Amino acid sequence: MKTKQVNKSRRDFLRTSVLASGGMIIGFNLFNACKPDVKPPIDLSLLDYNDFNAFIKISDDGKVTIFSPNPEIGQGVKTSMPMLIAEELDVAWKDVNVVQGVLDTKNYTRQVAGGSQSIRQGWEPLRQTGATARQMLVNAAAAKWNIDPSECTTKEGIIKNSNGDKLGYGEVVKEAALLEVPENVKLKDPEDFKIIGQDISNVDIDKIITGKPLFGLDYKVDGMLYASVLRPPAFGQKLGSFDDTNTRAVNGVQDVIKFGEKIAVLATNTWSAMKGKKALKAEWIEDSKPENTKFHDEKLLGLLDGSSFETLRKDGDVKNAFSEADFVLERTYESPFLPHNCLEPMNFFANVTADKIDLVGPIQTPAGTAYGVAQMLGRNMDEVNLQMTRMGGGFGRRLYGDFAMEAAEVSHLAKKPVQVIFSREDDMEDGIYRPAIKYRIAASVKDGKMTGYHLKEAAINSNMYGLIPNFFPAGAIDNYQVDVANYKSNITTGAWRAPYTNFLASAEQSFFDELAEAMQVDRIQLHLDLLQNVKGTTDDRIQYSPERLEGVIKLAVEKSNWGKTKDGIYQGFAVYYCHNSHVAEVVDLEMQNGFPIIKKVTCAVDCGIVVNPLGARNQAQGGVLDGIGHMMYGELTFADGMPQSNNFDTYQLIRINQTPQVDVHFVESDMEPTGLGEPTLPPVGGAIANAIYAATKKRIYKQPFINNLELEALKL
Amino acid sequence: MPVYQLEINDQTFNVEADRDTPLMWVLRDQLNLVGTKYGCGIGQCGSCTVHIDGIATKSCLLQVSQLQGMKITTIEGLSKEGLHPVQEAWKEIDVPQCGYCQTGQIMTATSFLKNNPKPTDSEIRNAMQTNICRCAAYNSIEKAVKVAAKKLS
Repeated sequence: MKTKQVNKSRRDFLRTSVLASGGMIIGFNLFNACKPDVKPPIDLSLLDYNDFNAFIKISDDGKVTIFSPNPEIGQGVKTSMPMLIAEELDVAWKDVNVVQGVLDTKNYTRQVAGGSQSIRQGWEPLRQTGATARQMLVNAAAAKWNIDPSECTTKEGIIKNSNGDKLGYGEVVKEAALLEVPENVKLKDPEDFKIIGQDISNVDIDKIITGKPLFGLDYKVDGMLYASVLRPPAFGQKLGSFDDTNTRAVNGVQDVIKFGEKIAVLATNTWSAMKGKKALKAEWIEDSKPENTKFHDEKLLGLLDGSSFETLRKDGDVKNAFSEADFVLERTYESPFLPHNCLEPMNFFANVTADKIDLVGPIQTPAGTAYGVAQMLGRNMDEVNLQMTRMGGGFGRRLYGDFAMEAAEVSHLAKKPVQVIFSREDDMEDGIYRPAIKYRIAASVKDGKMTGYHLKEAAINSNMYGLIPNFFPAGAIDNYQVDVANYKSNITTGAWRAPYTNFLASAEQSFFDELAEAMQVDRIQLHLDLLQNVKGTTDDRIQYSPERLEGVIKLAVEKSNWGKTKDGIYQGFAVYYCHNSHVAEVVDLEMQNGFPIIKKVTCAVDCGIVVNPLGARNQAQGGVLDGIGHMMYGELTFADGMPQSNNFDTYQLIRINQTPQVDVHFVESDMEPTGLGEPTLPPVGGAIANAIYAATKKRIYKQPFINNLELEALKL
Repeated sequence: MPVYQLEINDQTFNVEADRDTPLMWVLRDQLNLVGTKYGCGIGQCGSCTVHIDGIATKSCLLQVSQLQGMKITTIEGLSKEGLHPVQEAWKEIDVPQCGYCQTGQIMTATSFLKNNPKPTDSEIRNAMQTNICRCAAYNSIEKAVKVAAKKLS
């Protein structure tokens, strides 16, 4: 077949038509719209409606429905992304209804929701989509009035002309849908925004607070069986023999199915499935050597002491700088594995039949997962339908579709619709964890100036990648080097909220606090001085803006009353850039019986234009408190390949009585919006450690901090 | 399997289940009252909180056989018409992030405010610590309980 030249113009991303039921529908592919520089995987000119996954429907009465396909994991995009469309469409938000669309995975394989990128990448194209639709409606009205479209204005879904005539969007949709899609439509001046920048409530709020079915675990169909899966209890084991006699005697258990190294117990209700699983007797065979936390600690420290590093960035000559220095400060920072602990445990529904495969559930990577299922079962992608539910948390865990693959495999073997449900214990024991990571940071000082900086990372499996070494303080110090080394473990690891930097920021910002003291300079001033060196840099690898980091530092200092607090309150400062946003934080704490009580966190954020301040504040506060919880208490240890915590009685998540007030201050900006789901988390660990030092004169180098405090209470 | 008579949201249900089946799974799997959430199954997270005779209780720890003659209220039955003032407060503050734990939070707050209509800040923090919010929307939860207390008084 001859391949046609693909013309990636805006009109290829939009299709309109009149609905038989009245009104107009505009289809677009949100993932392509949000990534205009991504090469379309197929010939766009051949697209039909099946190829679109996002729709705007304007009905005859002017009501607007936006079908949004985006995975919603609590980061608020189901609200904020439609806001961008509605703004340029120029309708009143109260007239907009947002519906989670069914995802069509047929032709697309690049649909990842992660990395705090949804709003950043959707900013321009989603507004373009809304503006284009508005222009078509205006063009239709102008044609009716026989005037030029430029003589028309719009407001809240009403088109007016200079004679004072009015037409509602609903009155012109039929005509508008038949018009040619205009290109290069002008976008609003930010000063004219009516929806962007307003506090808009979560679109699912009523359903959430009344307990309507929304989440993966709430999904059910007639005849569906609940599946509880027994997996190897330790990493490094495979299934030997098993006996399911007792399991089959449990009321409600319908079937027991071995698949791979796992056994699924299928029952008519969740409790029977879970009971049936507990009644299984299985023998496990060692497949690879089981590992434990002490072994990991030794391996990682050994890597830091050794020379098997890959260098990710090298400026100047750190070795030389260190040899000529007045002094070199070197410190090691250590962090454990962390489970994600989404409050909704992993789960997925699958119904594999001869004609098609239906998959329903909470997933951050719908297309990749659908593709994986098709590959596994030897089926075509166009037989797979994947429907996303709201997610009870993601934090990176739901980037991995292992639970959906399990559901599909079990349904395929059972020939029944099946929902695989992880118990909390399964969820914590069969995780894809934040890897244990250790850093060794060294800096040289000569004549009162920082002359060298050497960051070494040792991580289980893998962590830092090429972009991260271009974050602060890259570019600020002439001699700068970042090295990484890994130990390949049989424990599964992956992305965890603010991947790669969630502990790095804490380590580096603790280090800078200690370095400033050793240099006898002000810790804030040290940062500001370093940022001066980066201004006007021609190094296009540098990811952060020195001006914007300076901006958040100054805002945090001002809003926190830095250095001017009352007696007994100790402050710690940290600043960080990640996910395209700049954040500075100040922790205020007091000591009670040697225990740090965090009273307040001041959080200054530059994420460009704040699309939805209400949602943005929630994200920023949540990120800070999540960071406090995990830095203080988070730790998953291993013995004989087995996780040593598996529920909330042995794994501590932060609770309300442990949380301070988080005061969030956004830098006023007319820059494009950037990420917010993650960037407030990484700096808070450093700010806590630095505040604890201010209070106790003791440095903490190891997460979780709770294990490394000299608690007066424990000495009694 | 034995049959148990349960009084839930002012309706009577006859439920066939093993005697050790937690109320949470009966509500979710058999009665389709899925607003009661599963989070841990051991009474640690509070996502499954319901009211038993008006008192906030974790339904994952209650066996279906223990509940005869007791009045069970779930999030679906919290308010007969429209939203309960606590739900209104949750909406006003826009508390949820992922939203999964919020029905449990609301059930805990409702029962707490009934017994303590004018709570202090530390009483609120003490009462609400039975419920985990993994997104850590705790500042908003605290604010919403205060707003709800005002609405109820």
